[in-house]
Amino acid sequence: MTIPSNIKEQFPLLSRTVHGKPIVYLDSAASSQKPDAVLSAMDTYYKQVNANVHRGAYAIAAEATEQMETARSDIARFINADSANEIIFTKNATEAFNLVARSWGVRNLGEDDAILITDMEHHANIVPWQILAEDRGFEIRWIPLGEDGTLDLTDLDELLKGVKLCSVTAMSNVLGTLNPIRKISDAAHAAGALMLMDGSQYVPHLPTDVADLDVDFMCFTGHKMCGPTGIGVLWARAEILDAMPPFLGGGEMILDVKKSGFVANEIPHKFEAGTPPIAEIIGLGAAVRFLDSLGMKNIREHEISLTEYAFMKLKECHGDDIQIHGPSTIDSRGGVLSIAYKDVHPHDISQVLDQHGICVRAGHHCAKPLMRELGVGATARASLYLYNTESDIDILAEALGEAGELFAF
Amino acid sequence: MPGLEDLYREIILDHYRNPRNQGELEAPPAHRIEGFNPLCGDEVVVTFTTDGTSITDVKIAGHGCSISQASASMMSAAVLGKSTTEIRKITQTFKAMMSIHEGEMAEESNEKTSLPQPDLSLGDLEALRGVVKFPVRIKCATLPWNALLSGLDEVSQ
Ligand SMILES: Cc1ncc(COP(=O)(O)O)c(C=O)c1O
Repeated sequence: MTIPSNIKEQFPLLSRTVHGKPIVYLDSAASSQKPDAVLSAMDTYYKQVNANVHRGAYAIAAEATEQMETARSDIARFINADSANEIIFTKNATEAFNLVARSWGVRNLGEDDAILITDMEHHANIVPWQILAEDRGFEIRWIPLGEDGTLDLTDLDELLKGVKLCSVTAMSNVLGTLNPIRKISDAAHAAGALMLMDGSQYVPHLPTDVADLDVDFMCFTGHKMCGPTGIGVLWARAEILDAMPPFLGGGEMILDVKKSGFVANEIPHKFEAGTPPIAEIIGLGAAVRFLDSLGMKNIREHEISLTEYAFMKLKECHGDDIQIHGPSTIDSRGGVLSIAYKDVHPHDISQVLDQHGICVRAGHHCAKPLMRELGVGATARASLYLYNTESDIDILAEALGEAGELFAF
Repeated sequence: MPGLEDLYREIILDHYRNPRNQGELEAPPAHRIEGFNPLCGDEVVVTFTTDGTSITDVKIAGHGCSISQASASMMSAAVLGKSTTEIRKITQTFKAMMSIHEGEMAEESNEKTSLPQPDLSLGDLEALRGVVKFPVRIKCATLPWNALLSGLDEVSQ
């Protein structure tokens, strides 16, 4: 089975025009577009079900709770978690990282400890640790970049000595690199460390099996996987979550409150203080069912063939004038194409492309340590998803030529 | 709909391709200020010397997009040899041109003198007027000016 060629029709936004041209959306690594299935699930919730969850005994409150918990189960199945209770809803991936840092980290990281991250992390997997380290004085180590946009794992065992948590992105949002998570998690476990995987760029694009990857925590974000903004997920193994102290305090997260103190609720509720983003959770549930119906394997295959086409087309049109950062072997990368084109600044590239209705991102992509390692201030990033087509790539390749002409020296 | 030609005027492209006053003066004695645009990673380094009243030399370094680079180049040409009072006026007028909402710039710069000088000619700098139609690029254009302003503030303290 393949992705239906008319899939764009299920994404209302993709039928609009920009500056009089049909939109060519190539910024799904920043945020994906939303299919009808997700929009109508949220719309129906507000129009027919809306009520606060886990409280009222009346019918629509029960329906709202039921829909929200169905979403939790579907999301658990989608990543092959053992139990729906291991799915903690957060605002986004960033909040999920902060939850781990502020809850697990505060309990487990002190002066003589270390954590290990990599040179290609998003700021969401850097700054929460730096904030905590200011308080707690632990060391932050970095797995360096190696050849061809991959990680250099030569000294991994050495780097892991004394490390309590290893936290690595499964796919770089700048280079598209697919990192060997299982290999790193095996080494981390052998060294007595826990393994956290940033799934923000991975879960939307590849079949994800947390048991198979053998990780202990995973953070990901709804809006990059056809879901709405305002909803992300922390998944962790139940026994780890059980041992962690609460993160935010308030309603929902307690069993009992007395003047002398509180008793925390069971997971997942222990970590979900206050009224949750119910519509967004239901929207994310609809998103994983939508992705499942297409098949994550098919999505991956579609993106492999599109990435291959993009490499071929861009080289064919622009030869050595174009450089694509990150792995050159398609199997070891996703559809994130960070482009350097002649000497044209990424900002100027994206400005010219915008006139053709093409949406690409210019900037440091919230990965400044990586940009420093690469020795560039910014890149222009085109990123692919299930709804992109070869024709999108053709339009990109042609419009790039115009940027070249305008700015050529 | 504003077109690319509103943004990328010939003079701008010329300053981008052939930037004036490029390099760095030795600091000290020169004053050195770095400016960053955290959104896009653009970086500008302004070094200048003064004789107490005027800017006697100015150089621009760093990296960035055509708009920030051209703006920096034009700025260097516009302020060289001018008195700091004049430069503040030019800066103020330029920033007023770059602000979508008039009057905003008076609050932004810590200036006592409020309104921009409508009669002050900006010369080549006028070419940057089109940038206002592309709001995300305004910060690119004002980056070197803000760096220079904070340099002048340092000197006068
Ligand atoms: C690899 C990676 N991690 C984390 C994030 C943070 O996601 P969010 O901004 O939704 O929290 C992103 C998205 O920009 C990302 O690409």
